[in-house]
Amino acid sequence: MNYHWNWGIYLEQIKGGDETYLDWLITGFGWTVAVSLSAWVIALTLGIAVGVLRTAPSKVVVAISTAWVELFRNIPLLVQMFLWFFVVPELLPREWGLWVKQDMPAKEFMTATICLGFFTSSRVAEQVRAGIQSITHGQRMAGLAMGFTLPQTYRYILLPTALRMVIPPLTSEFMNVFKNSSVAFAIGVMELTFQARQMQEDSEQGIETFLAVTVLYFVCAFTANRVMAVIEKRAQIPGNIAGQH
Amino acid sequence: MFSTFDFSVIVASLPFIWSGLQFTFKLTFVAMTGGIIIGTFLALARLSSIGPLAAAASWYVNIMRSIPLVMVILWFYLVIPLITGKPMGAETSALVTFTAFEAAFFCEIMRAGIQGIPKGQVAAGQAMGFTYSQVMRFVVLPQAFRNMLPVLLTQTIVLFQDTSLVYAIGAKDMLKAAEVAGKNYNRPVEMIIFVAIVYFSLSFALSYVVKRLQKRIAIKR
Repeated sequence: MNYHWNWGIYLEQIKGGDETYLDWLITGFGWTVAVSLSAWVIALTLGIAVGVLRTAPSKVVVAISTAWVELFRNIPLLVQMFLWFFVVPELLPREWGLWVKQDMPAKEFMTATICLGFFTSSRVAEQVRAGIQSITHGQRMAGLAMGFTLPQTYRYILLPTALRMVIPPLTSEFMNVFKNSSVAFAIGVMELTFQARQMQEDSEQGIETFLAVTVLYFVCAFTANRVMAVIEKRAQIPGNIAGQH
Repeated sequence: MFSTFDFSVIVASLPFIWSGLQFTFKLTFVAMTGGIIIGTFLALARLSSIGPLAAAASWYVNIMRSIPLVMVILWFYLVIPLITGKPMGAETSALVTFTAFEAAFFCEIMRAGIQGIPKGQVAAGQAMGFTYSQVMRFVVLPQAFRNMLPVLLTQTIVLFQDTSLVYAIGAKDMLKAAEVAGKNYNRPVEMIIFVAIVYFSLSFALSYVVKRLQKRIAIKR
Protein backbone atom coordinates (compact mmCIF):
# COMPACT_ATOMS: atom_id res chain seq x y z
CA MET A 1 0.00 0.00 0.00
CA ASN A 2 1.46 3.26 -1.16
CA TYR A 3 -0.13 5.91 1.01
CA HIS A 4 1.34 9.03 2.51
CA TRP A 5 0.07 9.26 6.09
CA ASN A 6 -0.38 12.63 7.73
CA TRP A 7 -2.18 12.59 11.05
CA GLY A 8 -1.54 16.28 11.61
CA ILE A 9 -3.75 17.16 8.66
CA TYR A 10 -6.69 18.18 10.86
CA LEU A 11 -4.83 21.19 12.21
CA GLU A 12 -3.44 22.29 8.86
CA GLN A 13 -4.94 25.18 6.96
CA ILE A 14 -7.14 24.57 3.95
CA LYS A 15 -5.77 25.53 0.55
CA GLY A 16 -6.42 29.19 -0.13
CA GLY A 17 -8.07 30.08 3.18
CA ASP A 18 -7.29 30.64 6.81
CA GLU A 19 -9.63 27.97 8.21
CA THR A 20 -8.23 24.62 9.33
CA TYR A 21 -9.67 21.27 8.25
CA LEU A 22 -10.85 20.86 11.82
CA ASP A 23 -13.07 23.92 11.34
CA TRP A 24 -14.64 22.22 8.32
CA LEU A 25 -15.29 19.07 10.32
CA ILE A 26 -16.85 21.04 13.20
CA THR A 27 -19.09 22.94 10.77
CA GLY A 28 -20.10 19.64 9.19
CA PHE A 29 -20.86 18.08 12.55
CA GLY A 30 -23.00 21.10 13.45
CA TRP A 31 -25.08 20.86 10.27
CA THR A 32 -25.47 17.10 10.62
CA VAL A 33 -26.80 17.51 14.16
CA ALA A 34 -29.01 20.46 13.15
CA VAL A 35 -30.56 18.66 10.17
CA SER A 36 -31.03 15.41 12.10
CA LEU A 37 -32.61 16.91 15.22
CA SER A 38 -34.94 19.25 13.32
CA ALA A 39 -35.95 16.42 10.99
CA TRP A 40 -36.58 14.18 14.00
CA VAL A 41 -38.97 16.76 15.49
CA ILE A 42 -40.92 16.88 12.22
CA ALA A 43 -40.83 13.08 11.93
CA LEU A 44 -42.17 12.52 15.44
CA THR A 45 -44.96 15.09 15.13
CA LEU A 46 -46.13 13.98 11.69
CA GLY A 47 -45.39 10.31 12.34
CA ILE A 48 -47.50 10.12 15.48
CA ALA A 49 -50.34 11.99 13.76
CA VAL A 50 -50.28 9.74 10.68
CA GLY A 51 -49.86 6.62 12.82
CA VAL A 52 -52.97 7.56 14.81
CA LEU A 53 -54.93 8.29 11.63
CA ARG A 54 -54.04 4.85 10.27
CA THR A 55 -55.99 3.30 13.16
CA ALA A 56 -58.98 5.66 12.77
CA PRO A 57 -62.47 4.23 12.17
CA SER A 58 -62.98 6.18 8.93
CA LYS A 59 -61.96 4.30 5.78
CA VAL A 60 -61.17 7.51 3.91
CA VAL A 61 -58.80 8.69 6.65
CA VAL A 62 -57.08 5.30 6.74
CA ALA A 63 -56.68 5.34 2.96
CA ILE A 64 -55.14 8.82 2.95
CA SER A 65 -52.73 8.07 5.78
CA THR A 66 -51.77 4.74 4.16
CA ALA A 67 -51.06 6.59 0.92
CA TRP A 68 -48.81 8.97 2.89
CA VAL A 69 -46.77 6.10 4.30
CA GLU A 70 -46.48 4.27 0.96
CA LEU A 71 -45.49 7.45 -0.87
CA PHE A 72 -42.60 8.29 1.42
CA ARG A 73 -41.50 4.69 1.88
CA ASN A 74 -41.24 3.66 -1.75
CA ILE A 75 -39.10 6.46 -3.20
CA PRO A 76 -35.35 6.52 -2.43
CA LEU A 77 -34.38 9.28 0.01
CA LEU A 78 -31.92 10.78 -2.47
CA VAL A 79 -34.64 11.06 -5.13
CA GLN A 80 -36.92 12.65 -2.52
CA MET A 81 -34.20 15.21 -1.81
CA PHE A 82 -34.10 16.12 -5.49
CA LEU A 83 -37.90 16.21 -5.63
CA TRP A 84 -38.09 18.72 -2.76
CA PHE A 85 -35.17 20.75 -4.04
CA PHE A 86 -35.85 20.94 -7.78
CA VAL A 87 -39.46 19.89 -8.35
CA VAL A 88 -41.54 21.24 -5.45
CA PRO A 89 -40.64 24.93 -6.11
CA GLU A 90 -41.92 24.44 -9.68
CA LEU A 91 -45.24 23.10 -8.43
CA LEU A 92 -45.85 26.01 -6.06
CA PRO A 93 -47.64 29.19 -7.21
CA ARG A 94 -45.21 31.33 -9.20
CA GLU A 95 -44.35 33.93 -6.54
CA TRP A 96 -43.89 31.31 -3.84
CA GLY A 97 -41.68 29.23 -6.09
CA LEU A 98 -39.52 32.23 -6.85
CA TRP A 99 -39.26 33.07 -3.16
CA VAL A 100 -38.23 29.50 -2.31
CA LYS A 101 -35.63 29.48 -5.08
CA GLN A 102 -34.17 32.92 -4.43
CA ASP A 103 -34.95 34.35 -1.01
CA MET A 104 -35.66 31.48 1.40
CA PRO A 105 -33.07 31.64 4.19
CA ALA A 106 -30.83 28.56 4.56
CA LYS A 107 -32.56 27.02 1.54
CA GLU A 108 -30.54 23.77 1.45
CA PHE A 109 -30.90 23.20 5.19
CA MET A 110 -34.67 23.85 5.15
CA THR A 111 -35.22 21.56 2.16
CA ALA A 112 -33.12 18.73 3.57
CA THR A 113 -34.78 18.97 6.97
CA ILE A 114 -38.32 18.89 5.58
CA CYS A 115 -37.41 16.04 3.23
CA LEU A 116 -35.74 13.91 5.90
CA GLY A 117 -38.53 14.72 8.37
CA PHE A 118 -41.30 13.63 5.99
CA PHE A 119 -39.33 10.54 4.92
CA THR A 120 -38.79 9.47 8.53
CA SER A 121 -42.38 10.31 9.48
CA SER A 122 -43.61 7.39 7.37
CA ARG A 123 -41.39 5.02 9.35
CA VAL A 124 -42.43 6.51 12.71
CA ALA A 125 -46.07 6.25 11.63
CA GLU A 126 -45.70 2.51 10.98
CA GLN A 127 -44.20 1.95 14.44
CA VAL A 128 -46.88 4.05 16.15
CA ARG A 129 -49.63 2.21 14.28
CA ALA A 130 -48.16 -1.14 15.32
CA GLY A 131 -47.98 0.12 18.92
CA ILE A 132 -51.61 1.22 18.96
CA GLN A 133 -52.79 -2.00 17.32
CA SER A 134 -50.93 -4.11 19.85
CA ILE A 135 -53.10 -2.71 22.65
CA THR A 136 -56.09 -4.95 23.35
CA HIS A 137 -59.31 -3.77 21.76
CA GLY A 138 -60.96 -3.79 25.20
CA GLN A 139 -59.04 -0.70 26.27
CA ARG A 140 -60.47 1.36 23.43
CA MET A 141 -63.92 -0.04 24.19
CA ALA A 142 -63.50 0.71 27.90
CA GLY A 143 -62.50 4.30 27.13
CA LEU A 144 -65.50 4.87 24.89
CA ALA A 145 -67.81 3.16 27.42
CA MET A 146 -66.57 5.56 30.10
CA GLY A 147 -67.95 8.37 27.96
CA PHE A 148 -64.59 9.51 26.56
CA THR A 149 -64.72 10.88 23.04
CA LEU A 150 -62.52 9.10 20.51
CA PRO A 151 -59.78 11.78 20.70
CA GLN A 152 -59.89 11.57 24.51
CA THR A 153 -59.56 7.77 24.33
CA TYR A 154 -56.43 8.21 22.24
CA ARG A 155 -55.05 11.00 24.41
CA TYR A 156 -55.57 9.40 27.83
CA ILE A 157 -55.68 5.65 27.20
CA LEU A 158 -54.15 4.41 23.93
CA LEU A 159 -51.25 6.77 23.21
CA PRO A 160 -49.67 6.84 26.70
CA THR A 161 -49.16 3.06 26.45
CA ALA A 162 -48.53 2.78 22.71
CA LEU A 163 -45.86 5.47 22.58
CA ARG A 164 -43.94 3.91 25.45
CA MET A 165 -44.09 0.48 23.88
CA VAL A 166 -42.60 1.65 20.60
CA ILE A 167 -39.56 3.36 22.13
CA PRO A 168 -37.15 0.53 21.15
CA PRO A 169 -38.00 0.62 17.41
CA LEU A 170 -38.04 4.43 17.57
CA THR A 171 -34.50 4.27 18.96
CA SER A 172 -33.31 2.66 15.72
CA GLU A 173 -35.22 5.25 13.71
CA PHE A 174 -33.60 8.05 15.70
CA MET A 175 -30.18 6.57 14.93
CA ASN A 176 -31.21 6.16 11.28
CA VAL A 177 -32.03 9.88 11.04
CA PHE A 178 -28.38 10.72 11.70
CA LYS A 179 -27.21 8.18 9.16
CA ASN A 180 -29.77 9.28 6.57
CA SER A 181 -28.89 12.95 7.03
CA SER A 182 -25.71 12.13 5.08
CA VAL A 183 -27.79 12.11 1.88
CA ALA A 184 -28.27 15.89 2.28
CA PHE A 185 -24.81 16.42 0.79
CA ALA A 186 -26.40 15.90 -2.63
CA ILE A 187 -28.33 19.17 -2.46
CA GLY A 188 -25.41 21.09 -0.97
CA VAL A 189 -26.01 21.06 2.79
CA MET A 190 -22.57 21.48 4.31
CA GLU A 191 -22.92 18.53 6.66
CA LEU A 192 -20.37 15.83 7.49
CA THR A 193 -20.47 13.88 4.22
CA PHE A 194 -20.24 17.10 2.22
CA GLN A 195 -17.22 18.15 4.28
CA ALA A 196 -15.70 14.67 3.92
CA ARG A 197 -15.78 14.91 0.13
CA GLN A 198 -14.55 18.49 0.19
CA MET A 199 -11.73 17.78 2.62
CA GLN A 200 -10.65 14.65 0.75
CA GLU A 201 -10.37 16.62 -2.49
CA ASP A 202 -8.64 19.58 -0.89
CA SER A 203 -6.20 17.74 1.40
CA GLU A 204 -5.76 14.50 -0.58
CA GLN A 205 -5.67 12.69 2.80
CA GLY A 206 -8.69 10.48 2.20
CA ILE A 207 -8.20 7.94 4.98
CA GLU A 208 -7.61 10.52 7.72
CA THR A 209 -10.61 12.50 6.48
CA PHE A 210 -13.05 9.61 6.30
CA LEU A 211 -11.83 8.22 9.62
CA ALA A 212 -12.60 11.48 11.42
CA VAL A 213 -16.01 11.79 9.77
CA THR A 214 -16.87 8.16 10.51
CA VAL A 215 -15.95 8.65 14.17
CA LEU A 216 -18.20 11.73 14.31
CA TYR A 217 -21.10 9.70 12.87
CA PHE A 218 -20.42 7.04 15.53
CA VAL A 219 -20.62 9.74 18.19
CA CYS A 220 -24.04 10.83 16.84
CA ALA A 221 -25.44 7.30 16.67
CA PHE A 222 -24.07 6.36 20.09
CA THR A 223 -25.41 9.50 21.78
CA ALA A 224 -28.81 9.02 20.15
CA ASN A 225 -28.83 5.44 21.40
CA ARG A 226 -27.94 6.42 24.99
CA VAL A 227 -30.48 9.26 25.13
CA MET A 228 -33.23 6.92 23.97
CA ALA A 229 -32.10 4.28 26.49
CA VAL A 230 -32.54 6.77 29.32
CA ILE A 231 -35.99 7.75 28.03
CA GLU A 232 -36.89 4.08 27.67
CA LYS A 233 -35.95 3.40 31.27
CA ARG A 234 -37.84 6.42 32.62
CA ALA A 235 -40.92 5.56 30.57
CA GLN A 236 -41.12 1.85 31.37
CA ILE A 237 -44.63 0.50 31.65
CA PRO A 238 -44.93 -1.09 35.13
CA GLY A 239 -45.99 -4.72 35.06
CA ASN A 240 -44.70 -5.60 31.57
CA ILE A 241 -41.94 -8.16 31.06
CA ALA A 242 -39.44 -5.39 30.30
CA GLY A 243 -40.40 -3.53 33.46
CA GLN A 244 -39.79 -6.36 35.88
CA HIS A 245 -36.06 -6.22 36.18
CA MET B 1 -49.05 24.12 -13.23
CA PHE B 2 -47.87 21.27 -15.45
CA SER B 3 -48.44 23.34 -18.59
CA THR B 4 -44.83 24.48 -18.71
CA PHE B 5 -43.54 20.92 -18.41
CA ASP B 6 -42.32 19.07 -21.44
CA PHE B 7 -42.75 15.36 -20.95
CA SER B 8 -41.70 14.44 -24.48
CA VAL B 9 -38.04 14.57 -23.40
CA ILE B 10 -38.70 11.50 -21.26
CA VAL B 11 -39.62 9.43 -24.31
CA ALA B 12 -36.54 10.70 -26.11
CA SER B 13 -34.22 9.68 -23.29
CA LEU B 14 -35.87 6.35 -22.48
CA PRO B 15 -33.10 4.18 -24.02
CA PHE B 16 -30.49 6.07 -22.02
CA ILE B 17 -32.43 5.76 -18.76
CA TRP B 18 -33.03 2.07 -19.49
CA SER B 19 -29.28 1.47 -19.64
CA GLY B 20 -29.02 3.13 -16.23
CA LEU B 21 -31.90 1.05 -14.86
CA GLN B 22 -30.12 -2.09 -16.06
CA PHE B 23 -27.16 -1.20 -13.88
CA THR B 24 -29.50 -0.50 -10.96
CA PHE B 25 -31.00 -3.98 -11.44
CA LYS B 26 -27.57 -5.58 -11.78
CA LEU B 27 -26.36 -3.88 -8.62
CA THR B 28 -29.49 -4.91 -6.71
CA PHE B 29 -29.23 -8.51 -7.92
CA VAL B 30 -25.49 -8.93 -7.26
CA ALA B 31 -25.71 -7.29 -3.82
CA MET B 32 -28.76 -9.41 -2.94
CA THR B 33 -27.32 -12.79 -3.91
CA GLY B 34 -23.80 -11.99 -2.74
CA GLY B 35 -25.11 -10.35 0.42
CA ILE B 36 -27.34 -13.29 1.32
CA ILE B 37 -24.54 -15.83 0.77
CA ILE B 38 -21.90 -13.86 2.70
CA GLY B 39 -24.52 -12.80 5.24
CA THR B 40 -25.43 -16.43 5.93
CA PHE B 41 -21.79 -17.27 6.59
CA LEU B 42 -21.51 -14.19 8.82
CA ALA B 43 -24.58 -15.35 10.72
CA LEU B 44 -23.06 -18.79 11.22
CA ALA B 45 -19.86 -17.10 12.40
CA ARG B 46 -21.77 -14.89 14.85
CA LEU B 47 -23.50 -17.95 16.29
CA SER B 48 -20.32 -20.03 16.31
CA SER B 49 -18.85 -21.32 19.57
CA ILE B 50 -15.39 -20.21 18.43
CA GLY B 51 -15.04 -16.96 20.40
CA PRO B 52 -12.73 -14.87 18.16
CA LEU B 53 -14.71 -15.80 15.04
CA ALA B 54 -18.00 -14.75 16.62
CA ALA B 55 -16.45 -11.53 17.90
CA ALA B 56 -14.94 -10.64 14.52
CA ALA B 57 -18.23 -11.26 12.73
CA SER B 58 -20.25 -9.20 15.18
CA TRP B 59 -17.73 -6.36 14.99
CA TYR B 60 -18.00 -6.32 11.22
CA VAL B 61 -21.79 -6.34 11.31
CA ASN B 62 -22.10 -3.67 13.99
CA ILE B 63 -19.64 -1.33 12.31
CA MET B 64 -21.33 -1.64 8.93
CA ARG B 65 -24.71 -1.04 10.50
CA SER B 66 -23.68 2.13 12.31
CA ILE B 67 -22.01 3.97 9.40
CA PRO B 68 -24.10 5.84 6.82
CA LEU B 69 -24.13 3.95 3.52
CA VAL B 70 -22.84 7.00 1.66
CA MET B 71 -19.74 6.96 3.84
CA VAL B 72 -19.24 3.22 3.23
CA ILE B 73 -19.48 3.86 -0.51
CA LEU B 74 -16.86 6.63 -0.26
CA TRP B 75 -14.60 4.48 1.96
CA PHE B 76 -14.58 1.51 -0.43
CA TYR B 77 -14.06 3.75 -3.46
CA LEU B 78 -11.01 5.24 -1.73
CA VAL B 79 -9.50 2.18 -0.04
CA ILE B 80 -9.91 -0.64 -2.59
CA PRO B 81 -7.57 0.97 -5.17
CA LEU B 82 -5.03 1.62 -2.39
CA ILE B 83 -5.01 -2.06 -1.47
CA THR B 84 -5.11 -3.53 -4.98
CA GLY B 85 -2.78 -0.87 -6.34
CA LYS B 86 -4.82 -0.13 -9.47
CA PRO B 87 -7.73 2.26 -10.07
CA MET B 88 -11.19 0.81 -9.99
CA GLY B 89 -14.27 2.01 -11.88
CA ALA B 90 -17.18 3.45 -9.95
CA GLU B 91 -19.47 0.62 -11.13
CA THR B 92 -17.19 -2.21 -9.94
CA SER B 93 -16.57 -0.40 -6.69
CA ALA B 94 -20.34 -0.05 -6.18
CA LEU B 95 -20.86 -3.80 -6.74
CA VAL B 96 -18.22 -4.70 -4.14
CA THR B 97 -19.42 -2.08 -1.65
CA PHE B 98 -23.09 -3.01 -1.77
CA THR B 99 -22.35 -6.73 -1.46
CA ALA B 100 -20.16 -6.14 1.58
CA PHE B 101 -22.59 -3.66 3.13
CA GLU B 102 -25.76 -5.66 2.56
CA ALA B 103 -24.08 -8.80 3.91
CA ALA B 104 -24.19 -7.18 7.37
CA PHE B 105 -27.94 -6.61 7.12
CA PHE B 106 -28.72 -10.01 5.60
CA CYS B 107 -26.57 -11.53 8.36
CA GLU B 108 -28.88 -10.18 11.05
CA ILE B 109 -31.94 -11.49 9.20
CA MET B 110 -30.43 -14.96 8.75
CA ARG B 111 -29.28 -14.98 12.38
CA ALA B 112 -32.84 -14.30 13.52
CA GLY B 113 -34.01 -17.05 11.14
CA ILE B 114 -31.50 -19.59 12.47
CA GLN B 115 -32.28 -18.71 16.07
CA GLY B 116 -35.97 -19.20 15.36
CA ILE B 117 -35.48 -22.90 14.55
CA PRO B 118 -36.36 -25.16 17.53
CA LYS B 119 -33.35 -26.77 19.23
CA GLY B 120 -34.92 -30.20 18.77
CA GLN B 121 -34.29 -29.94 15.03
CA VAL B 122 -30.54 -29.63 15.58
CA ALA B 123 -30.59 -32.45 18.14
CA ALA B 124 -32.55 -34.66 15.74
CA GLY B 125 -30.04 -33.97 13.00
CA GLN B 126 -27.13 -34.82 15.26
CA ALA B 127 -28.88 -37.99 16.46
CA MET B 128 -29.13 -39.03 12.81
CA GLY B 129 -25.35 -38.81 12.65
CA PHE B 130 -25.17 -35.54 10.69
CA THR B 131 -22.07 -33.40 11.08
CA TYR B 132 -22.39 -29.68 11.93
CA SER B 133 -22.27 -28.64 8.30
CA GLN B 134 -24.79 -31.30 7.32
CA VAL B 135 -27.19 -30.19 10.07
CA MET B 136 -26.90 -26.61 8.81
CA ARG B 137 -27.18 -27.49 5.14
CA PHE B 138 -30.01 -29.98 5.25
CA VAL B 139 -31.98 -29.08 8.38
CA VAL B 140 -31.50 -25.57 9.75
CA LEU B 141 -30.68 -23.26 6.82
CA PRO B 142 -33.44 -24.37 4.43
CA GLN B 143 -36.06 -23.70 7.11
CA ALA B 144 -34.44 -20.46 8.29
CA PHE B 145 -34.24 -19.21 4.71
CA ARG B 146 -37.87 -20.06 4.03
CA ASN B 147 -39.16 -18.45 7.21
CA MET B 148 -37.16 -15.32 6.56
CA LEU B 149 -37.98 -15.02 2.85
CA PRO B 150 -40.40 -12.09 3.29
CA VAL B 151 -37.89 -10.20 5.46
CA LEU B 152 -35.08 -10.91 2.99
CA LEU B 153 -37.23 -9.52 0.19
CA THR B 154 -38.20 -6.45 2.23
CA GLN B 155 -34.50 -5.80 2.77
CA THR B 156 -34.01 -6.20 -0.98
CA ILE B 157 -36.57 -3.42 -1.59
CA VAL B 158 -34.57 -1.19 0.76
CA LEU B 159 -31.42 -2.22 -1.10
CA PHE B 160 -33.02 -1.43 -4.46
CA GLN B 161 -33.79 2.10 -3.27
CA ASP B 162 -30.38 2.52 -1.65
CA THR B 163 -28.58 1.76 -4.93
CA SER B 164 -29.43 5.35 -5.91
CA LEU B 165 -26.69 6.44 -3.47
CA VAL B 166 -23.98 5.38 -5.94
CA TYR B 167 -24.61 8.95 -7.08
CA ALA B 168 -21.92 9.86 -4.52
CA ILE B 169 -19.18 8.27 -6.67
CA GLY B 170 -20.83 8.99 -10.01
CA ALA B 171 -21.64 5.41 -11.04
CA LYS B 172 -24.18 5.38 -13.88
CA ASP B 173 -27.37 3.98 -12.40
CA MET B 174 -30.90 5.04 -13.29
CA LEU B 175 -30.77 8.23 -11.21
CA LYS B 176 -27.45 9.30 -12.71
CA ALA B 177 -28.69 8.54 -16.22
CA ALA B 178 -31.80 10.63 -15.60
CA GLU B 179 -29.68 13.46 -14.24
CA VAL B 180 -27.44 13.42 -17.30
CA ALA B 181 -30.45 13.27 -19.62
CA GLY B 182 -32.04 16.12 -17.68
CA LYS B 183 -28.93 18.22 -18.18
CA ASN B 184 -28.68 17.39 -21.89
CA TYR B 185 -32.25 18.48 -22.57
CA ASN B 186 -32.17 21.18 -19.88
CA ARG B 187 -35.24 19.47 -18.36
CA PRO B 188 -34.12 18.17 -14.92
CA VAL B 189 -37.57 18.52 -13.33
CA GLU B 190 -39.35 16.13 -15.70
CA MET B 191 -36.54 13.59 -15.34
CA ILE B 192 -36.64 13.61 -11.54
CA ILE B 193 -40.42 13.15 -11.54
CA PHE B 194 -40.02 10.27 -13.98
CA VAL B 195 -37.39 8.35 -11.99
CA ALA B 196 -39.39 8.94 -8.80
CA ILE B 197 -42.40 7.29 -10.48
CA VAL B 198 -40.28 4.36 -11.71
CA TYR B 199 -38.72 3.77 -8.26
CA PHE B 200 -42.12 4.07 -6.60
CA SER B 201 -43.88 1.66 -8.97
CA LEU B 202 -41.19 -1.00 -8.70
CA SER B 203 -40.86 -0.77 -4.91
CA PHE B 204 -44.62 -0.67 -4.41
CA ALA B 205 -45.19 -3.67 -6.66
CA LEU B 206 -42.46 -5.68 -4.95
CA SER B 207 -43.77 -4.86 -1.47
CA TYR B 208 -47.22 -6.03 -2.61
CA VAL B 209 -45.66 -9.35 -3.66
CA VAL B 210 -43.98 -9.61 -0.25
CA LYS B 211 -47.31 -9.05 1.52
CA ARG B 212 -48.93 -11.84 -0.52
CA LEU B 213 -45.99 -14.14 0.17
CA GLN B 214 -46.16 -13.40 3.89
CA LYS B 215 -49.79 -14.52 3.97
CA ARG B 216 -49.03 -17.73 2.09
CA ILE B 217 -46.15 -18.67 4.35
CA ALA B 218 -48.20 -17.81 7.44
CA ILE B 219 -51.00 -20.20 6.42
CA LYS B 220 -48.70 -23.11 5.62
CA ARG B 221 -46.96 -23.03 8.97
